[in-house]
Amino acid sequence: MAAQLQHLGYEDEKLQRVMERLPCRDVQASMLLALMGEQCSYPSIFIYGHRATGKSHVIHTLLKELELPYATVSCVECVSVGLLFEQVLLSLFGSDSASLLSRSPSLSDFVRVYKQLCVQASAKQTRYIVLDRAELLRDMEANLLPAFLRLQELVEDNVTVILLSEIVWDKFRPNTGCFEPLLLHFPDYSKGELQQILSEDSHPSYSPELYSAFINILLGVFYSVCRDLRELRHLAALHFSKFVEPLEQGKESDTHKLWRNIEPHLKKAMQTVYLREVSSVQWEQQLQMEEKEAGVVRGLSAHAHVELPYYSKFLLIAAYLASYNPARTDKRFFLKHHGKIKKTNFLKKHEKTSNHLLGPKPFPLDRLLAIFYSVVDSRVAPTASVFCQISSLVTLQLLNQVGHDDQLDAPKYKCAVSLDFILTISRCVYPMLYCPLVTDWNHCQTPASAAL
Amino acid sequence: MDNIIRKYLIMTLFKYGYIFQVQMILRERFCHQRLPEKPVGMESQHKHLLELLRRTAVHGESNSVLIVGPRGSGKTMLLNCVLRELLEVKDVNKNVLPVHLNGLLQTDDRIALKEITRQLNLENVVGDKVFGSFAENLAFLLEALKKGDRSSSRPVLFILDEFDLFAHHKNQTLLYNLLDVSQSAQAPVAVIGLTCRLDVLELLEKRVKSRFSHRQIHLLSSLSFIQYLDNVRSQLSLPQDFPDTKFYDEWNDSIKTLCEDQLVVDVLQSHYNSSKDFRSLHLLLMLALSRVSASKPAIKPTDLLEASRVCMVDSKANILHGLSILELCLIIAMKHLNDIYEGEPFNFQMVHNEFKKFLQRKSHSIHNFDKPVVIKAFEHLQQLELIKSMDSSTAKIQKEYQLMKLLLDHSQIMEALQKYPQCPTDVKQWAMSAFG
Repeated sequence: MAAQLQHLGYEDEKLQRVMERLPCRDVQASMLLALMGEQCSYPSIFIYGHRATGKSHVIHTLLKELELPYATVSCVECVSVGLLFEQVLLSLFGSDSASLLSRSPSLSDFVRVYKQLCVQASAKQTRYIVLDRAELLRDMEANLLPAFLRLQELVEDNVTVILLSEIVWDKFRPNTGCFEPLLLHFPDYSKGELQQILSEDSHPSYSPELYSAFINILLGVFYSVCRDLRELRHLAALHFSKFVEPLEQGKESDTHKLWRNIEPHLKKAMQTVYLREVSSVQWEQQLQMEEKEAGVVRGLSAHAHVELPYYSKFLLIAAYLASYNPARTDKRFFLKHHGKIKKTNFLKKHEKTSNHLLGPKPFPLDRLLAIFYSVVDSRVAPTASVFCQISSLVTLQLLNQVGHDDQLDAPKYKCAVSLDFILTISRCVYPMLYCPLVTDWNHCQTPASAAL
Repeated sequence: MDNIIRKYLIMTLFKYGYIFQVQMILRERFCHQRLPEKPVGMESQHKHLLELLRRTAVHGESNSVLIVGPRGSGKTMLLNCVLRELLEVKDVNKNVLPVHLNGLLQTDDRIALKEITRQLNLENVVGDKVFGSFAENLAFLLEALKKGDRSSSRPVLFILDEFDLFAHHKNQTLLYNLLDVSQSAQAPVAVIGLTCRLDVLELLEKRVKSRFSHRQIHLLSSLSFIQYLDNVRSQLSLPQDFPDTKFYDEWNDSIKTLCEDQLVVDVLQSHYNSSKDFRSLHLLLMLALSRVSASKPAIKPTDLLEASRVCMVDSKANILHGLSILELCLIIAMKHLNDIYEGEPFNFQMVHNEFKKFLQRKSHSIHNFDKPVVIKAFEHLQQLELIKSMDSSTAKIQKEYQLMKLLLDHSQIMEALQKYPQCPTDVKQWAMSAFG
């Protein structure tokens, strides 16, 4: 492979160093090196691939180690185009160049200033402009993306624009077409490659084999859900100390037993740290504490920690019932003496479509109050405080108001919370509450009411 | 023995140097940094345009012309070749003023006017003057270009790249005024527009269209496959003035045998069938050229085959290859929903329901994941833009119930499944079963 790259005129040691820093990316790095030429290079290259497949890492390592002139901009940071232009000029031509740009420069100004600066500092080598997260360029001005793709032609200089993105090129193409860049794909890492890369972070005081075994266990739990290298590294860093805890305490040394120790923690991590329900600091603290002392981890989701007043809870439950039960079933569930409900042809045809799949339906205020009165366990007078609580629920975005704001006498609402939230709430209002939720005509009780 | 080794070393050193030069020459050709001697396959258009511009430059006639052709067909190349030939004449070179405007850069008529002033080097003359209208400003500029004896103004060639974008400016002022000047006898101007839209005349307002001479030069490529092959051979061959004749002969012979190889002919045929323009050809040849090095100083048929494969790959299939098993199962669930409900939009709850049905009935290897983990996988698919929300307002509907649609084809999913590494068999069978 080094022989292939000889014609580029780079020294062997530099290339060797570069290749060491790019594990499992030899093919892509050599292809890029072959395309990047001294005298001239293709005007634009588009590199796509999943997150954490090493696109920015490879490009930046190559450009830095081989000391090529380049400018790198992340499009996330550029809220305005002026910032983008400034950063490019700053990196390519030095710090006084950006002052030549006016306050809110247009693309025309940028090209003119670039041409001016080029004349003063002509390029012997190709200059590179790297645009990270290039999918955000589509949302900026419409002429920006096509202009950057043909920047070489517009500024008449030896410059190559490299676009890095997660999204495929087909979604970038403007309506009337543009200059097609060279497309390069960075494939995802296979399980073996992930194992190899993650094992490189091994802790100095433990053997690499132990760390490899740990990575193996980690991948066994998380590989089917997540292949993102960054997430896996984060999880590995968080859990290694817990993994070697028995070793340090001198209790166990068998890998199998270490695995049995760590596995429940990894499974729990999937529900919390992986979902960012708890921060890594909270998680580390929790791992430090003994099992019996550890309380429930407070997650970020609403159902873990929202405290509502007493009647608000009933109102929310009534809203959930109103949203997910069809109106004709109210008579059956909430009245003491109800008749039979006949199944019509319509119902027979649409048996399979459950409300739980389609989403909440809007209901009028009267129906909410009717269900509320039958669900609450004491006599409640319709005072303003009850109605006030309905408005607070709307402000908390636990209910959504449907329809126009100025419909004062018959407002309609929709329940915006999930079944889990309702279950958590209804657990608090013991003694119980018969919670009929229609999922299927044959099963009129859900696990919710069975649990209650 | 010594001599032979020394000769061999010298030869490889020279070869290394020659390969470097070959790379340089061919890259300049493929990366569009050097104009060809004369453009291929456009002789009549070249003659027409040259004649037109000569009439403006030498005889002072005003003209307007539009060069129309799809992307990559060589419009800019044609124009630059014609300009190069025109400016070879000394008189013309001294007199003619080319002004290059681009629709991508000059997005506004005001910016365009400043650019015209700058390119005509009249910034000092204009100074701080304030003009009432665009027309006044333009007339002033053209007046200022009059030669010393006040007999006639210098001819100006206005070259408008991405002409269709100028038609989107407010009132099409720039176009109106330029074409107006070209119709009246004010000054000899030639307005040359380059555009990729064949229906560009529909975009012009009536008053602008009437001032345009309706002269269009079309660059619709009419190369036959044999001509295309010849073009490939000439693009890859070295020019006559290469320093070493032995290497020159070797290289050109290898290119000739390459173009006669059946594998190469098949690859070029498939490229020719999808697009005949120069740009995509240059892309292919650039990729093939990048594999040439001192240790491998010739282009082999496999290089072209590899390059073709890189060009023609389905990018979405590449992305599908890198998804996790959970995300793949979600995509298969969506495919089943699309099959059952014939493309109606779905929401997360429906997909989750399908997935749970699979887990209950058929799966052995997939773990029953919690709902939030499945939601995270679903959102990842949304970020990759493999599924898209149907309505743009996300305010009032919970994210599990928002209607989405799948942006993948049935065949794409099935092909991706075949190539997916270590795909569990129960997942594959689920995908291929008809009723989920």
